[in-house]
Amino acid sequence: MAQRPDAVTRRFGIAAAFLVVAAIVLACVGIATRVEAGSMLGPGDWAAIRFTIVQSALSAVFSVVLAIPLARALARRRFVGRDALVMLLGAPFILPVIVAVLGLVTVFGRSGWVNVALGTIGLPGVSVYGLHGVVLAHVFFNLPLATRLLLQGWAAIPSERFRLTAQLRLSPRAVFRAVEGPMLRQVVPGALALVFVICLTSFAVALTLGGGPKATTIELAIYQAFKFDFDLGRAARLSVVQLVMAGGIALLALRLVPTIRVGGGLDRARRRWDAPQGWRRWSDSGVIALGAGFLLLPLAAVVLRGVAGLPQMPGQVYQAVWVSLGVSVGSILVMLALALPMAGLIAGRSRGGIEAVGLLGLSASPLMIGTGWFILINPVADPRLFALPVTMIVNAMMSLPFALRILVPPMRDTLQVYGRLSNVLGMRGWPLWRWLILPRLRAQIGFAAGLTGALSMGDLGVIALFADQDRVTLPLQMYRLMGAYRMEAAAGAALLLLALSLGIFWICDKGGRWNADT
Amino acid sequence: MKYLTFAAATLCTTAALAETPVLTVYAGDYFTSEWGPGPVIEAGFEEFCDCDLQFATGDLLPRLLLEGTRTKADVVIGLTSDVTAKARATGLFAPHGQDNDALTLPIAWSDDTFLPFNYGHTAFIYNETRMDTPPASFADLLEMPDDVKIVIQDPRTSISGLALVLWVEAIYGDEAKATWEKLAPKILTVTKDWSSSYGMFTDGEADMVLSYTTSPAYHMFAEEDFTKKAAIFPEGHYFMVETVAKIAQTEQPELADAFMAYVMSENFQTVIPTANWSLPSALPQDQWPEGWNELPLPEKVLFYDETQAAALQEKAIEAWRSALTQ
Repeated sequence: MAQRPDAVTRRFGIAAAFLVVAAIVLACVGIATRVEAGSMLGPGDWAAIRFTIVQSALSAVFSVVLAIPLARALARRRFVGRDALVMLLGAPFILPVIVAVLGLVTVFGRSGWVNVALGTIGLPGVSVYGLHGVVLAHVFFNLPLATRLLLQGWAAIPSERFRLTAQLRLSPRAVFRAVEGPMLRQVVPGALALVFVICLTSFAVALTLGGGPKATTIELAIYQAFKFDFDLGRAARLSVVQLVMAGGIALLALRLVPTIRVGGGLDRARRRWDAPQGWRRWSDSGVIALGAGFLLLPLAAVVLRGVAGLPQMPGQVYQAVWVSLGVSVGSILVMLALALPMAGLIAGRSRGGIEAVGLLGLSASPLMIGTGWFILINPVADPRLFALPVTMIVNAMMSLPFALRILVPPMRDTLQVYGRLSNVLGMRGWPLWRWLILPRLRAQIGFAAGLTGALSMGDLGVIALFADQDRVTLPLQMYRLMGAYRMEAAAGAALLLLALSLGIFWICDKGGRWNADT
Repeated sequence: MKYLTFAAATLCTTAALAETPVLTVYAGDYFTSEWGPGPVIEAGFEEFCDCDLQFATGDLLPRLLLEGTRTKADVVIGLTSDVTAKARATGLFAPHGQDNDALTLPIAWSDDTFLPFNYGHTAFIYNETRMDTPPASFADLLEMPDDVKIVIQDPRTSISGLALVLWVEAIYGDEAKATWEKLAPKILTVTKDWSSSYGMFTDGEADMVLSYTTSPAYHMFAEEDFTKKAAIFPEGHYFMVETVAKIAQTEQPELADAFMAYVMSENFQTVIPTANWSLPSALPQDQWPEGWNELPLPEKVLFYDETQAAALQEKAIEAWRSALTQ
């Protein structure tokens, strides 16, 4: 049992959890004040619910199943550039959705690289539109996450076991049955649940790659109800359906999901005496090459398209860069203000009910939160003044569950090891954080901050509702360029967005580990 | 709150500007891009109004509906006639005070609240170097081989998508659903908004895109690319008109009126083609900028006024939805 953190931490932790719940509940109240009695969920809505569940389930299964051979190959092979590859493979997860979709279409689209290649060797082309397009895009986003979670699983297996299997000369299949299989049984269900929840609230992917009204997700139906029909009642009902569904799965997932650890530990390749040679060595190389190709080609496509557009970008784009950077940094600060005390609170308890609060943020529709707050703010102040703060808060809440998964375990370890000592020294409150917790969690804080910053950079979400001339984020500016026929300049802005997202992640992640021994 | 406003005021404006009256114009998102119509209009109006024109961009209609009587808008620009019924129902708007007879639209216009400032027609755009035999009629379009791919916009999220389903409704009426079923195999994908669709078309991902009869003008006059063409159909093209309207409770009624008059002025009307890539609403064709007269335009125009559009909207979207989900 971990040492309880002091009363100050507990108070702040409870306050932070309360704030998250309040932000969501108040948004609901705001909408409820404007709901008129009206339409129940129609047949189209039920179709949206069905489609959402089917695509999330397929996305989760494909992401995790494909991640198993990739993680296995990465776990038992060492080669030059492996660390860099593992790092780069994480990129799609933090990529702005609109940028990623552009890249995916360039590679897998009708006139994309893959189809051109297939055509030259006389094979029929593949289509990226429809349910399989949505699943493909979700696999692109979540395969890296699943691979990371599984790699952690492999890294957690004591190397003595592999030494033993090597001494016993077990075949790769036997190694799988004896050592790797049981690990997977522990890790896979959680990874499935996490990817399922992430895909459940997906929006932008289905918009372009869905192929038509068949591929309507709940989030898209909420968007339509809000922005076009202005049927707040239906939007609210759909939001609740999504919240309950995602929240339910999230609660379940919470018991299963493995914790997300910082790269350092899992990037290290252990010596694997049992790494099979011969054809298996080539099949591992093939799996790694395929995985890298699948994940990196769309990134390359975004870079290639964007380079030509860079000189054509108007000055407004650079102004938007500063706004987006500000939103990103703001989101990081809000996230830390919420996540650190909450993590302290959770770490001091044996069982985490509070972490469920964190997951609420991921399950709530950002559009619903934004609209709810707009309605609440409007009678007392100009909502435009709050455009950026609301965006920061919503973005921070979206990344809160990931941040908690990253922060809680090391926090728990720290309190367990040093809690008694600091108690004896009478260290509590700010000094406890200043001298004990923050220095020991530097790497994890950097990782969580980088993730939040990158996810926030690409978010289009609520800003569109509140925006005005001077508060335009980079994704919004990119859309404006497209709206003015400037597709090349928009591609340049996409490249800038890609660079900034990866940049802010890299800086925070590196910053957290700067001057650290590990 | 008072301090925040004060801080914002001191930070954002110079002392001189603080005394200048501000006209707040709500506009669609595309409006204030550096190449959009916003900057030209702002500069043109500020030249003589002795005021500060400020655009607030975003989702026009939801924002107005959310804000209600607390809206900060003095003028709203960019609502199309397909959604003005919903906007009118808010009771927020005042008569525009301009002379409708000065309009040069291909249809009669008698609305005294929503004043058209530009127009275009829904049309399918193709690249003539990639398409040898473009469809010559809507019926032709339906008979195209299934490997010709079109991108369209979702009528539930996009104004041009809504115009398309009304277009089909206007031509085919009760046969709309069957029409969509015929078109379905040729639809590559349905995007949320016009710009995603158009990007897929210019990337060569799709053979045709739902856009406007004026889209080729952008390529001709801004890029000197003469390969993009609008397929003109004898069945007629759905007419889209963008309007400007004055908020009744504006604190700047004179400025708002001046702006409405400015919209009808030659000064404003002549910049519309190359700033918004659409046709001016109150400028005889012989005064259009050079080259614009040669733009192929449909002879027959199909149009529902806002009441008809509002009444048909649900039916037209449902025909589209049910045919495309089969």
